[in-house]
Amino acid sequence: MIGRTSILIPAAAVAMTALAAPAGAQIAVRGETVHTMAGAPIEDGVVLIRDGKIERVGPAASVPVPDGYREMRAKVVTPGLVDARTVVGLAGYLNQPHDQDQLETSAPVQPELRAVDAYNARERLVEWVREHGVTTLHTGHGPGALISGQTMVVKTRADTADEAVIVPTAMVAATLGSTGLAQGGRSPGSRSKAVAMLRAELIKAREYADKQAGPEDRRPARDLRLETLAKVIRKELPLLVTAHRAHDLLAALRVAQEFDIRVVLDGAAEAYLVADRIKAAGVPVIVHATMGRPTGDAENLTTENAALLAKAGIPIAFQSGFEGYVPKTRVVLFEAAVAAARGLGFEAALRAITIDAATLLGVEGRIGSLAAGKDADVVLFDGDPFEYATRVVGVVIDGQVVSEAPR
Amino acid sequence: MPVWSTPSRRAAGLALAVMLGAGTTAAAQSTAVAFTNARLIPVAGAEIARGTLVVRDGKIVAVGAAGQVAVPPDAEQVDLAGKVVMPGLVDTHSHVGGGSGGDASAAMHPDVRIFDSIDVRSSGLRRAAAGGITTVNVMPGSGHLMSGQTVYLKLRRGTTIDELTMPTADGQPLGGMKMANGTNPIRTPGGTFPATRARSAAIVRAQFVKAQEYRERVQKAGDDPAKLPARDLGLEALVEVLDGRRQVHFHTHRHDDILTALRLGKEFGFTPVLQHVSEAWKVADEIAASGAPASIIVIDSPGGKLEAMDVSTENGAALERAGALVGFHTDDLITDSRFFLRSAGLAVRYGMSREKALYGMTMAGARMLGLDSRIGSLEAGKDADFLVLSGDPLSVYTMVEQTWIDGTKVFDLADPADRVYAYGGVGASRGEYLHTHDEEEWR
Repeated sequence: MIGRTSILIPAAAVAMTALAAPAGAQIAVRGETVHTMAGAPIEDGVVLIRDGKIERVGPAASVPVPDGYREMRAKVVTPGLVDARTVVGLAGYLNQPHDQDQLETSAPVQPELRAVDAYNARERLVEWVREHGVTTLHTGHGPGALISGQTMVVKTRADTADEAVIVPTAMVAATLGSTGLAQGGRSPGSRSKAVAMLRAELIKAREYADKQAGPEDRRPARDLRLETLAKVIRKELPLLVTAHRAHDLLAALRVAQEFDIRVVLDGAAEAYLVADRIKAAGVPVIVHATMGRPTGDAENLTTENAALLAKAGIPIAFQSGFEGYVPKTRVVLFEAAVAAARGLGFEAALRAITIDAATLLGVEGRIGSLAAGKDADVVLFDGDPFEYATRVVGVVIDGQVVSEAPR
Repeated sequence: MPVWSTPSRRAAGLALAVMLGAGTTAAAQSTAVAFTNARLIPVAGAEIARGTLVVRDGKIVAVGAAGQVAVPPDAEQVDLAGKVVMPGLVDTHSHVGGGSGGDASAAMHPDVRIFDSIDVRSSGLRRAAAGGITTVNVMPGSGHLMSGQTVYLKLRRGTTIDELTMPTADGQPLGGMKMANGTNPIRTPGGTFPATRARSAAIVRAQFVKAQEYRERVQKAGDDPAKLPARDLGLEALVEVLDGRRQVHFHTHRHDDILTALRLGKEFGFTPVLQHVSEAWKVADEIAASGAPASIIVIDSPGGKLEAMDVSTENGAALERAGALVGFHTDDLITDSRFFLRSAGLAVRYGMSREKALYGMTMAGARMLGLDSRIGSLEAGKDADFLVLSGDPLSVYTMVEQTWIDGTKVFDLADPADRVYAYGGVGASRGEYLHTHDEEEWR
């Protein structure tokens, strides 16, 4: 009866214990190869961690480990991984109505919905991706409505949403294409209606923003919905547009140009068909899961999309995306791995789930690379991080060891 | 495991292969082809660092280390230095081809053949070949207790389904019987479907009792046609199950449902192939003791389906430790056939041995389909179904470069028309969808 109860339980137990551990642990992570993502990889490198931050990074020969530091060793060490677009935490693994809060379908436009109000920090899927090295999530409202709500950036180490969050409102999520249409005769029922409605919302938001900037006696009454969209108008928040077909991607670029707003493309299965236009617009792409299903609007997706976009000079990151079924979430490490092997290459693929993702999300000052002063988010591997049979053997977040069970 | 009579239409299949393979360098024909200098993973026996594989008339005629294999003087030589050659992959459970099974009129459809509904031009078949799958068990879904007869296909290039099947001695397409338990076949009370697990088992038992009676009447009739019962297509198929001539493939997730499947099999004298077995890690010893093989699916995260919430990535390792026969399946499009080898890689990541994982992708599947005398390993006398890989089969960086079936190349990564099926792009997945009966299967 070996392993009857030992398979699913211990990881959770380890995580809970780790979360309860006192802050301020001092750790030296030593790797045969340390990918700092802030310069060339270091052979036999050391990452010193103190009080939740990275203290020093360098070759073991020149970075002595001070007394009292716990030493952790691994073949390969990377920064904590960043999932640049997910619904994990709002979407739970049971896939039952009570744990699916990534999409509110009562109205097509609901930018006032905050991700933090629906995020379950103890969700099993959060634990799952954390065990696989994902330390930061850009999570929130999913695709499926014209404007579904807000997204946020969280660390995967926390018991509550408030402790987890590092960017409370990161983007406003929108969907163009067939999956963003409403059912049952409600609007938007067509692609052009969706764009017309989006434009109308942004016009209202601009008027609201203008009033907000006007004389005090003429300030508008607070409107949570327009307040959020006004931030899009002022370029304080990007509009995250999920779309797959080339013509939907171009519609998003058209709206971005008309309203002079920041747009981030999400999914973008056919982006490789219009890469020159995306590049010219200066818009980054959070590419669909490399192994995503080629169905519906995404039927023409290619596992080379990331490589083709990167080659065109477009900033990219990877996502686990939204899964309504099985598996309930993907793991960005796996998606980047397959892209690495299909034209993107090791270095660019690793960047896309670390520093480039952090930059795309605007948190590169804090995470995404192993450099002194940054958050101590570190992943330990027993081999090439992308190899199928390599395991994550340690995860450190904010200087806390949150997982040591091989995954 | 029941063993089928050896499929007899080999010669006809070969003729087709020659016809369809025209234009490829080494279509199956009487000229021998020697593939030299590759690292060989025969699965039967140890890996060979530099080996030779000789193929003639769609069959493997010799395999071994370089210099120890007699290469016929007339043989065409193909230098595969730097490449890895292994047997074609066997997917024990897939939904490629857009086929369907029974309808909503009843919970049991033993008469229904998915064979009659497969679109042989479906891009899914091409993508499966691009993923290195050479033999696949195409199944109807599990929204029924018994959704119909499955069909075993070789992913030859064909324009009719008959070119892909492996006919039995009586000319019928070789295949199994799909069964399911747990929540998928359970529907609202009052109809012909069960509303509980116990009712599910009772319906199945009643049907098999009928099949026993039918078989008895047929036996008693002997040579007297007047005494034969009226033909019943469904009961005929169930008698094949009772007689060990048709393999049951049993979709089952929860540990108690796994044991129910084994119990039903024991009562009626068949050994099911257990498919999915999400909670196999809880009853690995019982599975091993029953002798039933288990085909697992490797999923990137738990969840999505309530009765599979305790699925473990360590199922493969747990079953291997217990001594059960472990195979793999894609359940395409639940997982993508193009990444089938990844299942073995991840199984190793989560504790399986390399040897059993590679065996699971090939020979184990062949045994589950009763085709192990014919496919599943690189051995003289077996079908020339093999893959040319750019590197180690368990590496993410490895691509399937060529897929060969019956000595005919059916996929070549170097050919742009084939390449799109491996990488994706415009047209690679035209009209593909997640099967509705498959959604039933998981929801």
